[in-house]
Amino acid sequence: MQTGSSTRPETDKKDRSEGAASPAADTASPGWPLELYRTLKAAGVRQVSYVPDAGHAQLIKLFEADAEVVSNLLTTEEEGVAIAAGAWLGGLRSVLLLQSSGVGNCINMLALATISRFPLLLLVTMRGEWAEFNPWQVPMGQATEPALNAIGVRTFRADTPADLLDAVSSAITLAFEADQQIAVLISQRMIGAKKW
Amino acid sequence: MAKQSHPALDRRAAVAALLRDRGDLLVVTGLGSPSYDVHAAGDTDANYYLWGAMGAAALVGLGLAQGRPDRTVLVITGDGEQLMGLGGLATIAVAKPKNLVIAVVDNGHFGETGMQESHTARGIDLAAVAAACGFVDTRRIEDMAGVEAARGALHRPADGPRLFLLKVKAENLPRSMPARDAVHLKNRFRAHLGLPVN
Repeated sequence: MQTGSSTRPETDKKDRSEGAASPAADTASPGWPLELYRTLKAAGVRQVSYVPDAGHAQLIKLFEADAEVVSNLLTTEEEGVAIAAGAWLGGLRSVLLLQSSGVGNCINMLALATISRFPLLLLVTMRGEWAEFNPWQVPMGQATEPALNAIGVRTFRADTPADLLDAVSSAITLAFEADQQIAVLISQRMIGAKKW
Repeated sequence: MAKQSHPALDRRAAVAALLRDRGDLLVVTGLGSPSYDVHAAGDTDANYYLWGAMGAAALVGLGLAQGRPDRTVLVITGDGEQLMGLGGLATIAVAKPKNLVIAVVDNGHFGETGMQESHTARGIDLAAVAAACGFVDTRRIEDMAGVEAARGALHRPADGPRLFLLKVKAENLPRSMPARDAVHLKNRFRAHLGLPVN
């Protein structure tokens, strides 16, 4: 996972222990969540909302430990769309961390962002698209990008950590400077298949 | 379950009383009648009206309260709108904003869609839900004295989020409609806070 191109299943097994709490996960943790955190902080993001997700586990830990950033634990993802809108009304830059399944929960709420041209930055970890063992993840995984596009959210796909940092930098400008609604889709191939 | 009662509050009078001498209060409204009630009480750039995004009002209020911890944010919404965002009460409770107050104008009905009964007419008590979540001040208000007391409390500091349930009559009043253009409403509110247009 240091390279991010985890095409070998054995690499996934080594690096993708469930949750970030185990020492094994920490020692083998990839560098991109820290880079992503630094990029978002440097862009002035001071609010993060999330539904817990294994792919975002390290980023969540970094934000939760940061006294300069307000973290919101959500019961469902669409809450974060509304919170981000309120944050912008008050002059705060927000980011929403979610899994592809959570995109489905957000669709009507995303109209708030698109019709109002609220800056919106979604970082979506993908499920149901690469070495997915759980068929229940597949329908929403396949529908994530078309559904976002249909409601008016633009999407960037990231297949490597380098892609991801570029895409997030671009998305930050488009969202917070150009009032766009952007989702960066972090591929399951890069994160690694879920290990049970 | 909530006790059965025959609330006498007039929603327009109750909302107007809650907003009297509002000072630097920032107000977010839920779609439908609460937006009309707040508009009828007096339009100002410190009002942000929702015309859609059902379930969003309290959470827009949370985001705003976190962005402006120096100002009190009052969300005025309806029972149907808040019922759709029931999980949001848990999110707000754990976020513990000290400057967020949610006023639910509860007529027990979905007024915009033909006055069908809502869950609050069938026993769900939103103030009790908020209290169970950990809101520090929850009130069930059924008369104007209660509204006046809530107005006073609104302008005093608190240790966490508050929810005031205004039990009002179910009636369809003439609409008092704010502007609908969403970008206008956003920029107008931000300008009120001295924030620029991109």
